[in-house]
Amino acid sequence: MAAPLTVLLILSVTIRAALYRSSLADFIAERVEVVSPLTDWKRVVEGLALLDLGVSPYSGDVFHETPLIIYLFHFVVDYAEMTFMLLVLFQFRKQKFALEADCYPLDCLELIRSPKEMYYIPLKVAMFYLLNPFTILSCVAKSTCGLNNAVIALFILSTIKGNVLLSAIFLSLATYQSIYPLTLCAPALLYLMQRKYIPVNFQRVSFWWFIAQYAFMYLGSLFVIIGLSFFLLGSWDYLQSVYGFILSVPDLTPNIGLFWYFFAEMFEHFRLFFLCVFQINVFFYTIPLSIKLKEHPVFLMFMQLAVISIFKSYPTVGDIALYLAFIPVWSHLHRFLRNIFLVTCVLVVCSALFPVLWHLWIYAGSANSNFYYAITLLFNVAQILLMSDYFYAFLRREHHLSYGLYLKKINGSEATLVLK
Amino acid sequence: MAAHRCSYIAVLLSFCGLSLFIVAGSQKTTLPVGEHAAANGNPQTGTETAEQTTEPPAVEEELWEATEVEGATPDDAATDTPDTSTQESVVLSPVAQPKDDFQEELVIRPLPSGDIYASFQFRTLWETDFRVSHYRLFPKSLGQVISKFSVRELHISFTQGYWRTMQWGQPFQSSPPGAELWVWFQDSVTDVDSTWKELTNVLSGIFCASLNFIDSTNTVQPSASFKPLGIGNVTDHRFLRYATLPREIVCTENLTPWKKLLPCGSKAGLAVLLKSEKLFYSSFHSQAVHIRPVCRDQDCKTTSWELRQTLNVVFDLHTCAQGKREWSLFKMFSRTLTEACPLASSSKIYIDITDNPQGEQFELSPATSLLSQAVVLGDRRTFSVYDLTQRITFGTVHSLNLLIRWKSSEGHTLRPLLHAERYVAGYGLHVGEIHTVMYNNHPYRSFPVMLLELVPWYLRLYIHTLTVTSKGKENTPSYIHYQPSKDRVRPHLLEMLVQLPPNSVTEVTMQFERALLKWTEYTPDPNHGFYVGSSVISSLVPSIVAMDTNITLEQPLFSSFFPCKEESSFFVRVYTEPLLVNLPTPDFSMPYNVICLTCTVVAVGYGSLYNLLTRSFQIEEPSPGLAKRIANIIRKMRGVPPL
Repeated sequence: MAAPLTVLLILSVTIRAALYRSSLADFIAERVEVVSPLTDWKRVVEGLALLDLGVSPYSGDVFHETPLIIYLFHFVVDYAEMTFMLLVLFQFRKQKFALEADCYPLDCLELIRSPKEMYYIPLKVAMFYLLNPFTILSCVAKSTCGLNNAVIALFILSTIKGNVLLSAIFLSLATYQSIYPLTLCAPALLYLMQRKYIPVNFQRVSFWWFIAQYAFMYLGSLFVIIGLSFFLLGSWDYLQSVYGFILSVPDLTPNIGLFWYFFAEMFEHFRLFFLCVFQINVFFYTIPLSIKLKEHPVFLMFMQLAVISIFKSYPTVGDIALYLAFIPVWSHLHRFLRNIFLVTCVLVVCSALFPVLWHLWIYAGSANSNFYYAITLLFNVAQILLMSDYFYAFLRREHHLSYGLYLKKINGSEATLVLK
Repeated sequence: MAAHRCSYIAVLLSFCGLSLFIVAGSQKTTLPVGEHAAANGNPQTGTETAEQTTEPPAVEEELWEATEVEGATPDDAATDTPDTSTQESVVLSPVAQPKDDFQEELVIRPLPSGDIYASFQFRTLWETDFRVSHYRLFPKSLGQVISKFSVRELHISFTQGYWRTMQWGQPFQSSPPGAELWVWFQDSVTDVDSTWKELTNVLSGIFCASLNFIDSTNTVQPSASFKPLGIGNVTDHRFLRYATLPREIVCTENLTPWKKLLPCGSKAGLAVLLKSEKLFYSSFHSQAVHIRPVCRDQDCKTTSWELRQTLNVVFDLHTCAQGKREWSLFKMFSRTLTEACPLASSSKIYIDITDNPQGEQFELSPATSLLSQAVVLGDRRTFSVYDLTQRITFGTVHSLNLLIRWKSSEGHTLRPLLHAERYVAGYGLHVGEIHTVMYNNHPYRSFPVMLLELVPWYLRLYIHTLTVTSKGKENTPSYIHYQPSKDRVRPHLLEMLVQLPPNSVTEVTMQFERALLKWTEYTPDPNHGFYVGSSVISSLVPSIVAMDTNITLEQPLFSSFFPCKEESSFFVRVYTEPLLVNLPTPDFSMPYNVICLTCTVVAVGYGSLYNLLTRSFQIEEPSPGLAKRIANIIRKMRGVPPL
């Protein structure tokens, strides 16, 4: 186990280092698919330059990182290489969570995964993350998305290890970095309660007591972090500049998400309405998904991450890589997937077409914005299909776990299973 | 490091010159005159007015020299002396009612490129504090604006075309293409921004211009580039607002209200030449209004208001004269002059003959006996003077039609000491780079320049990519004031003090990223591109000859606009070209389609999740065939169990 992991790590670091040293690095760093206004390394450097000039980085509209990030990078700005190593290190940590990920009980004769399969899942997760071209690109572009992913990965790891305090702390850090990981508190709570054998029951005091404990730890650490940021900068400007920026979507730079073209073409008097609709959309699925998947918090976490990365306001390929890394964990669902081939093809083709159509629009002038927009639409449809396909497969497997794999009708003939 | 920074700022302030002028002015108000004169070498630095001086007319005679015709000197002195003495009496008599005074002037300079530069200067001085309601020479519309909005200084210019410093040298008053407005408010103004907003709307009405498009997205508060030109000791730049509209088209509708501000309108005096059909048939046209408080007398205890209206125009010789190298007032303006404005205390035409001392370059007719020398823009120039208040100027035909006929066709090349240009580098619609190139052509002196860049928010500047290189080496600016932009709220403002080494080219580069705007934020012709206003380079350029720091002397109007503190340098403001930058555009024809398609994708996400969340798996019961269903319905009606 350790040897292949080391090989994998060396391989992934080599790929990154080679790309980082190559002339492609600058090209990758400017790709709108890889960096968003929130995670652009160039903007971090700009924020640092502003800080050096004695201007608050939040007085302008270029820098949107949180204050802790800017002070973190303030020390390492000259050692970009080191930062990059740091990111790889964090990414490496991520694969460990999967060791524990599969501990939840699954008992069905045919559908249960053999321990041998389970044994290789962490390696596969690490491989899916570290060798994913999306992750590599986002690392070579020095996107701070890698840091956000690392924080979320640490949160998942500590949750799965059952460490309530660390889980709350990392969740508050992730929320502080970008608001959306807030929805991950539901799977974390469910998982931790499952581990501690606390029943999810609204009438039980222990249930509420646990929620209060977690909320206290979460809010407390959030309060400390926000207070720390305030004391670092001496002003609350960053709240507007970071969270206002995420929520009100003023920067319409093209990216792989749904927001930019929609709000560039929006009628002015409907802007606020659709902004609310689109932002609520990200948070909206938490409650129904938690109810449906309350026995399976890890899958819930995967669903939440997918929903966030599809519907967030400034998505990048790094966000997609995070939930794609979970896919090896659900290898047992593959027999129930309906259109994985189609979706994979669409995702691959879209990824290839992004730079092509961008070039045609921005540089060659022979296409217009609609071409790029069409690709983002298709890419998002493919992501939605991928997510719903896994959800379908998961639910179907659950059904088979309770009713048996080969269902028969009452009259003995073979039955087909439908959603009703 | 902090000490260094402080000293740099001190250097900056001292070099900016104008601030010193104000300091000197404030000193003057506090010091007793005699003591001050004893303590200071050049006692008249702070005062501005040339007219209300108590200098004896002998000084006047020094300036006016008759080199060609001997008989001219007594005539000249005789004409000027009564004029000055009446002004003296104005000052010395107890002021019962506010006095006003109007002067007009036309300067014509044949440019090295063969073009003709004509500069009209009109000045109205009024000894008032705007507590009166009776207006004589000063235009009431502007007077009311000044008193209502507590304006301390107002400078507005409308320019069509770009001043080519490389070919034409320095103009007397420079201005950027489009409209430029900068205003210093009194420090009693509490809400400067709303006052500024109202003021721009009022001025937009007065000048029939689109100044109402000035809002917070193109207004800045420069910290060092625009110091007050009049007297006053407030230099807090919170009371300064500066804005440009590089896209503003200047035409007849702006000229007419501008002419209406003149006491004689366009009925008499030099203003009869201002016919729009000829003025706008030119390479460059710029009209400006400058209002500022100036010292009423040498002691500078009281102030007057000065309204200076200038109009600069460059005629292309070849289009004007149909190929002949010959030029006249009539050919240029399709009018000749018949009289001075009766309300004007002085009305003169100056023709620059510095390059033509012996008449070898061009021939001027009618010949004039009056010559004048003035130090302007660091150079001593000689002018032929036509005094329109004298009947003899108009000769027997009662009309003055100046004529210049060129003898030689070659013009000398020009090397302006300071000039600048700017361009956008890069390709594509994503990122780009702004290059500002500044040339110091002085052979051995280096001098500092203050560079101001005003870039709209939709070009996101990256200050960390700023590079300043001179002669292939990095040149660190000694002062940087940078204000980052806020989307849809305010523009980028960058001010830097850069030392230009002698005989060098200094290049300032900065990368930017183009933003995608909302479809309603684009102009009606989005693929034309977006204008970025000129960068402003303000500098004290080393002078070739000693400058006149004694500005209480009678000087021509064109040489007395910028107050001069030091003999060794003169103030110059250079504007670069505006930039035209293309931005990526969305497809303007399909907002409905985009809303529908994006909402469809969101609905696909919602629908598929809703589907899986609310339904459960069940074994499918195959639906019975049509015949069986009909049979079942019939059986149901009959009351028997279905099949």
